[in-house]
Amino acid sequence: MAPDQQEFLTGSDINRAVVRIAHEIVERNRGADNLIVLGVPSRGVPLAKRIATAIGSIEGREVPVGSLDVAMYRDDLRLRPTVALSPTVIPGGDVTGRTVVLVDDVLFSGRTTRAALDALSDAGRPRAVQLAVLIDRGHRELPIRADYVGKNLPTAREDDVQVRLVELDGTDSVRLVRAGGN
Amino acid sequence: MRDLLTTTTLSREDALAVLDTARELALLSDRPMKKLPTLRGRTVVNLFFEDSTRTRISFEAAAKRLSADVINFSAKGSSLSKGESLKDTALTLQAMGADAVVIRHGASGAAHRLATSGWMHGRVINAGDGTHEHPTQALLDAFTIRDHLRDGHGALDGLDVVIVGDVLHSRVARSNVWLLHTLGAHVTLVAPPTLLPVGVDSWPCDVSYDLDEVIGKADVVMMLRVQLERMNAAFFPSAREYSRRYGMDGLRMATMPDHALIMHPGPMNRGMEIAADVADAPRSVIVDQVTNGVYTRMAVLYLLLGGQEEA
Repeated sequence: MAPDQQEFLTGSDINRAVVRIAHEIVERNRGADNLIVLGVPSRGVPLAKRIATAIGSIEGREVPVGSLDVAMYRDDLRLRPTVALSPTVIPGGDVTGRTVVLVDDVLFSGRTTRAALDALSDAGRPRAVQLAVLIDRGHRELPIRADYVGKNLPTAREDDVQVRLVELDGTDSVRLVRAGGN
Repeated sequence: MRDLLTTTTLSREDALAVLDTARELALLSDRPMKKLPTLRGRTVVNLFFEDSTRTRISFEAAAKRLSADVINFSAKGSSLSKGESLKDTALTLQAMGADAVVIRHGASGAAHRLATSGWMHGRVINAGDGTHEHPTQALLDAFTIRDHLRDGHGALDGLDVVIVGDVLHSRVARSNVWLLHTLGAHVTLVAPPTLLPVGVDSWPCDVSYDLDEVIGKADVVMMLRVQLERMNAAFFPSAREYSRRYGMDGLRMATMPDHALIMHPGPMNRGMEIAADVADAPRSVIVDQVTNGVYTRMAVLYLLLGGQEEA
């Protein structure tokens, strides 16, 4: 493997992180009552499904899981080419009065999460919103933090964190590609 | 895609991008908060040199749901009726900072002129130019067909679409022929010879003079409005004869396949090209077309204005 490209998490590391996050969610919320797990496209969606499944097997019942597209709420729309929209699926149609766990693969600037919070407020008024991420790589530009973190990964701002998931990419891994490549 | 002027050069990929975006927007529309913040601070000008109700309102609703500011500019009651040229109007819009101009004009090619003249920087969306094109109508028709017959996904490969009536004056027919062809459908135009344009044999479609001959295998029958206001000569002997040969009535509808749809771009001449009971029949999706028009136009505005400004 090239020294500039390190496999930071393997498939089984990801599974362990998902199961731990699920346990933390259940512990923090004292069960899974009124809980709804929403993934942010694209890779937050399969992660949300995995977390919901893990919570389900801990609690012995199904946990509603969906997706929340944030493309229309981004603050950098004018800085890049038009983004294709992804589905927003909210089980039960409304988040009002429920505890929403937002799931994303990587927490970086915090801007995607900000957009997700805006998107969520248009979908209703949740009782509480919590954030679960597989990787927290630092470099926040907004006062946002995750409630549940799979792994903290120290990075330089220019580095590239590549999350691969079986559902979308055929394999599970997290790689850190160092900037400069030397 | 910089502007949306025509469907003849619209790629299959771009057309599907519009339909897919419209679909996601349609799914968001049943929630209480219908407005999206996406185009906040952008200005969309509706520049209408010709009368229109549904297209203008549809574009206005679409722009407002995306939080854009909308300025309505209609020929009546503005300097346009005092004889201001298209160029001077364009310069005015440029000075007002229009990010997109939705133009309807009686002259074929007006939208193209506005987009390519360099008079203004904003994106141009053709909302109907003379007897030339009406691309958003074709896109919303394709969306409606796909929604009903393809479960809202993919293209329209293998579908048979029959477009009936005043093709000569119809920008809707022209835009639909090209778009539906691009999306893989097979189009047949049915009209009296006097209501077919010169050069129709070069379009990617078949032509028939007999509605009953082609209706039996149609998945979609699209009725066109007889545009009496554009007719300054006798194109057919009488309204009654037209209606009998090219109108859609209950008897004719009964010979269509069970799943087949009836469409009409509106406004309808009930009793002329379409009988009242047909217009209100369950397989008539005319009201869906209006609803889908808003989603489709939102999709177009988003795809043209939602991204980076091109240099």
